[in-house]
Amino acid sequence: MTAPWHQGLKTLSGQLRRGELSVAELVAESRQAVQKVAHLNALISRADDEAVEHQVNLAQQALDKGTAGVLTGVPLVHKDIFSTRGLRTTCASRMLADYVPPFDATVVARLKTAGMVTLGKANMDEFAMGSSNESSYFGPVKNPWDNQRVPGGSSGGSAALVAAGVVPVATGSDTGGSIRQPAALCGVTGIKPTYGRASRYGMIAFASSLDQAGVFARQAEDCALVLSAMCGHDPLDSTSDASGPVDYSAALNDSLTGLRVGILPQWLANTEAGVAAALEAVQQQLQKLGAEIQEVTLPTADLAIAAYYILAPAEASANLARFDGVRYGHRCQQPENLDDLYCRSRSEGFGEEVKRRILVGTWALSAGYYQAYYHRAQQVRRLIAEDFARVFQSVDLLLAPVTPETAFRLGEKADPVSLYQADVFTIPASLAGLPGLSMPAGFSQGLPVGAQLIGPHFSEARLLNVAHQFQQHSDYHQQLPEARQ
Amino acid sequence: MTASGKQQWEAVIGLEIHVQLKTDSKLFSGSATAYGAEPNSQVSWLDAALPGTLPVVNEQAIRYAVRFGLAVDARINRETVFARKNYFYPDLPKGYQISQMDRPIVEGGHIMISLPDGSQKRIGLTRAHLEEDAGKSIHDIYPQYSAIDLNRAGTPLIEVVSEPDMRSAAEAVAYMRQVYTLVTHLGICDGNLQEGSFRCDANVSVRPAGSQTLGTRTELKNINSFRFVERAIKHEIARQIRVLEAGGRIVQETRLYDADKDETRAMRSKEAANDYRYFPDPDLLPVHVSAALIDAEKAQLPELPQEKINRYTQSWGLKSAEARILAEDAAASAVFESCVAAMQHPQPVLAARWLLGEVSALLNRDGLDWPALPVAPVRLAGLLDAVASDTISHKTGKTVLEKMWDHADVTAAEIIEREGLAQMSDSQALAELVDKVLADNPKQVADYRSGNDKLFNFFVGQVMKATRGTAHPAELKTLLEDKLNT
Repeated sequence: MTAPWHQGLKTLSGQLRRGELSVAELVAESRQAVQKVAHLNALISRADDEAVEHQVNLAQQALDKGTAGVLTGVPLVHKDIFSTRGLRTTCASRMLADYVPPFDATVVARLKTAGMVTLGKANMDEFAMGSSNESSYFGPVKNPWDNQRVPGGSSGGSAALVAAGVVPVATGSDTGGSIRQPAALCGVTGIKPTYGRASRYGMIAFASSLDQAGVFARQAEDCALVLSAMCGHDPLDSTSDASGPVDYSAALNDSLTGLRVGILPQWLANTEAGVAAALEAVQQQLQKLGAEIQEVTLPTADLAIAAYYILAPAEASANLARFDGVRYGHRCQQPENLDDLYCRSRSEGFGEEVKRRILVGTWALSAGYYQAYYHRAQQVRRLIAEDFARVFQSVDLLLAPVTPETAFRLGEKADPVSLYQADVFTIPASLAGLPGLSMPAGFSQGLPVGAQLIGPHFSEARLLNVAHQFQQHSDYHQQLPEARQ
Repeated sequence: MTASGKQQWEAVIGLEIHVQLKTDSKLFSGSATAYGAEPNSQVSWLDAALPGTLPVVNEQAIRYAVRFGLAVDARINRETVFARKNYFYPDLPKGYQISQMDRPIVEGGHIMISLPDGSQKRIGLTRAHLEEDAGKSIHDIYPQYSAIDLNRAGTPLIEVVSEPDMRSAAEAVAYMRQVYTLVTHLGICDGNLQEGSFRCDANVSVRPAGSQTLGTRTELKNINSFRFVERAIKHEIARQIRVLEAGGRIVQETRLYDADKDETRAMRSKEAANDYRYFPDPDLLPVHVSAALIDAEKAQLPELPQEKINRYTQSWGLKSAEARILAEDAAASAVFESCVAAMQHPQPVLAARWLLGEVSALLNRDGLDWPALPVAPVRLAGLLDAVASDTISHKTGKTVLEKMWDHADVTAAEIIEREGLAQMSDSQALAELVDKVLADNPKQVADYRSGNDKLFNFFVGQVMKATRGTAHPAELKTLLEDKLNT
C-alpha cells in the first residue's frame, strides 16, 4: 500500500481539507514509516513528540477554520544544515553534535508558516562536503534502492527518505550538486533554484557564493508548491534576490511546443551506457511533446571542477573559522593554552574531508598563491557563466546527465579526487548560479538514472514545467524501491 | 629634521586612525553600540557568529563614511567591496574581521594642517575603509580564564590611512587633531578618547636628510591620546636614530608605547605577523553607493572647520587665531553662532571676544566644557546687546555675567533692571548730579579752574560713585568739561 502522499500534495491536501484524513493521522503514518527505514541511517535527529504535536495542532486548526494552504499539515524533514529553533542542528559534524540553534533558518520559518510539520533532521555529508554522504559524523546513509550503495550527497538523507516513500518532502542544499546528484542516485525530483532565490539565512555556510537551498519531492508538481513557499527576498540575506515570491505552479501545464532544448554530446559521451540510454529516451519524449533538440557545447565547463575545488574550499576555510571551541560547539578537554584549544578542538571536531578542504582553501588564499589560484578560479567561473549565457541565446534550457554513472558502492570512491568527479555535470551550473533540476529518467540495472534540466537565471518555473510535462508521460518518479526488490 | 651628531635625519610618519562611527547599531547587525553596557548584553546571534547568521550592512555607516570622504575631497567608490580578514582570536567570533581591501569606500583626499609658523601643510590620505571592531578579551578578572565581552564586536569603524607625509611628531599630532576636529564636526564620531572612539596607529621610519628612499618602518599600536602620540613618535624617532647611528638596522615590527615607562617596546616582528588571506566577502555583494545617497550627504554636509574659519575672518572680521579656536571646537562654534544670531544687532567680533575672554575664563574656573555652558546662548546674546548698546559698560557686563552664571533663567536685562546697573542715559538727571557734585566741592572746583587738571578725574570719580558706575563715561566727560570750563 502506498502512502497517502504518493499521488502528490494536491491530492493529499484535498483529503486533508475534506477531513478524509487528519493531520495527526498523516503525520503519525509518516513518522512510523521513517522509523521503519531506520536502517538507511537517513535521519540524524527526530523532532520531539511535543514539538510535532504542537505543529500538528496548529495545522489541523487552520484546516478546520478553512485558512489552510496547500502545504498545511504536510510533513517534511529538513537537511541538518538548516538551523531549527530548539531542534539540534549538527551539519553532520562532531563539531556541532550538541548544538541547538536559538532561531529558525528563513527557509524553515517560511515552511513552518506555510503549515508544514517538521519531523526531523536529515543526514548529510559533514558540512555538506561530499558526494556520497559518507563523510557524515553520524555514519553513511544507504541508498534505498540498494543498501550497499551510496545515496549521493551531500543531501543524501533527504533524498533517501523521499525515495523510500516515507516523507513527501525534504529540503536540501546544493553547492556543487548536493541536491541534483542525490536526487538522481535515489530516483526522486530535486531542484536547486537560481543563486539568491532562496534565503541562506540560518543555513550553515559551506561556500557562501554557491550555497543554495532547494527541495526534494517525488514529482515536479510538489517541488513547485514547496519552492513557491520557500523562495522570495529575505532582508536578512544580502545576497538574496530582490524579487518577491513566485507561484511556480502557474506554468506547470504550459505546452512544450517550440521549446528549444540544448543537449551536450560531449557530456553524454562521458556517461555510462545506461545513463546515456535513459537520457536519449527523455530527449525523444520531449521531442514528442513538441520540443526541438539542438546540440550545443560548453567549452570551458571542463575547467569547472578545478575552479570549484579552489573557490568552495577557500570560502569554506573562512566560513568554518567560527568553529573554534570558544563560544559553542566541540571543545577539547583540558586545553593547555589558546593554541592548544584551537588545534585540538578543531582537529577533534572536524572530519577528514572537512579538514582537507579547510587546508586546501587556506592554502589557495595564502599570500603569493591568491593570484594563481583564487583569482584565476574566479576568472574561470566568469568564463563558464559566459559560456552558459551564450548557449542560452540559442536554446531555452539544457537537458544533460546529472551524473556519469548510477549510484556507486559505499567505500568505492575512497580517493577524494575520484569522488569529486561525481559532480562533473552539476558543478558548472552551480558556478554560474543557474537553476538546475534533476528528475527520474529511468533505471539502469535496477538503479535510478536522473536527467538534469539547466536553465537561465530565474527560469525555475520553466524547468518545473518541462519536468512536470515529462512526468505526465512517465512513471519513474512514482516507483518505490520496495516494489522492485 | 632631527640633528644628532654630524648626520642629519628626517623622520617619515604615516598614521592609521580608527574612527568609531556614531551609528545607532552595529555595522552588520541590529545590536546597540552603547558604551559601558553589561558585558555581552549587546550581542546578536550574528555578533556571536552563530552558524547560519549573515551580515547586512548598516546604511548609516555607509552614509557616514561617504560624508567623511566628501569632507576630505576624496573619491567615493560607487561599488565598494567588503573583504574578510582572516585570523583567529577569541574576541573575533567569526574567525575573520569584515573589512575592506580592494575598492574601499573612500580613496584619496587630503587634510590641511597648520604648522607652528602659521603656514599650512597638505597631508594626503591613501584611503578610508569601513570595518567592524573586535570584542574585548579581559585577562585579569579570573585567575584561570580569560573573559570575553562581545559588546564591541561589530561596532563600525572607518580606518583613515594617511600617506607618509608627516615629518615630525608635532605634525603627526596636528594631523590627528585635525582629523578629530573633522569627524566630530561631521557628527560621525562621538570623539570620546577614553572610550576608544578615536584610536591611532603610527608608522614611523627615519632616513638621512635629503634621501628619497624610505627607511624600514615600525608600527606603533593603539595610541589613544594626542599627548601619547607625540611622545611615542618622538621616542621612536630617537630610538631609530640611535640604532642607525650605532651601525644597527631597524627591524620591521610592531611596537607598543608604554606610557608609564615612556618608551616603546617590540610586540611582534613582521615574520611572526599573520597572513590575513583577504578575499571578497561572498556574504556581501559589492555595495552600490547610489548617486542619490552621495548627493544627499553632500547637501547635508555641515560647514567644515576651514570653511568656518574663512567665514569668521572674511565675513565677520574675526582675527584668524580667534576664528580657529572657535571653528575647531564644534560646541564652541555652535554657541558662538547662536549667540550672534540671537543678538538684536549682531556683533560677531564682540561676541567672539566675550566668549574667548570672560566666558572661557569662567568655564576654566569651573572646569567646564562648552557643552556644559550654564548660560544659554540666547541669554548671552542679551548681555552682549546691553554691552553693545552701551546700556552697561564692559566692566558691569562681567558682573552681570557672573550673576547669570549662578542663576539660570535670569536674563541680563532683568539683572540690570533689578540692580539699577544701566548707564544713565537721562542727560537731565546726569546734569543735575554733576551740578550737585560741583556745588558740594567748591574748593576742588576752584583749584581745577586755577590749573590743577588732575582734579578732573576726581569729579568723574565722585559722579561715578553717586551713580554706582552707571554714568556713561563719554557723556559725563562732556558734561563736566562744559560745566567746569565755563
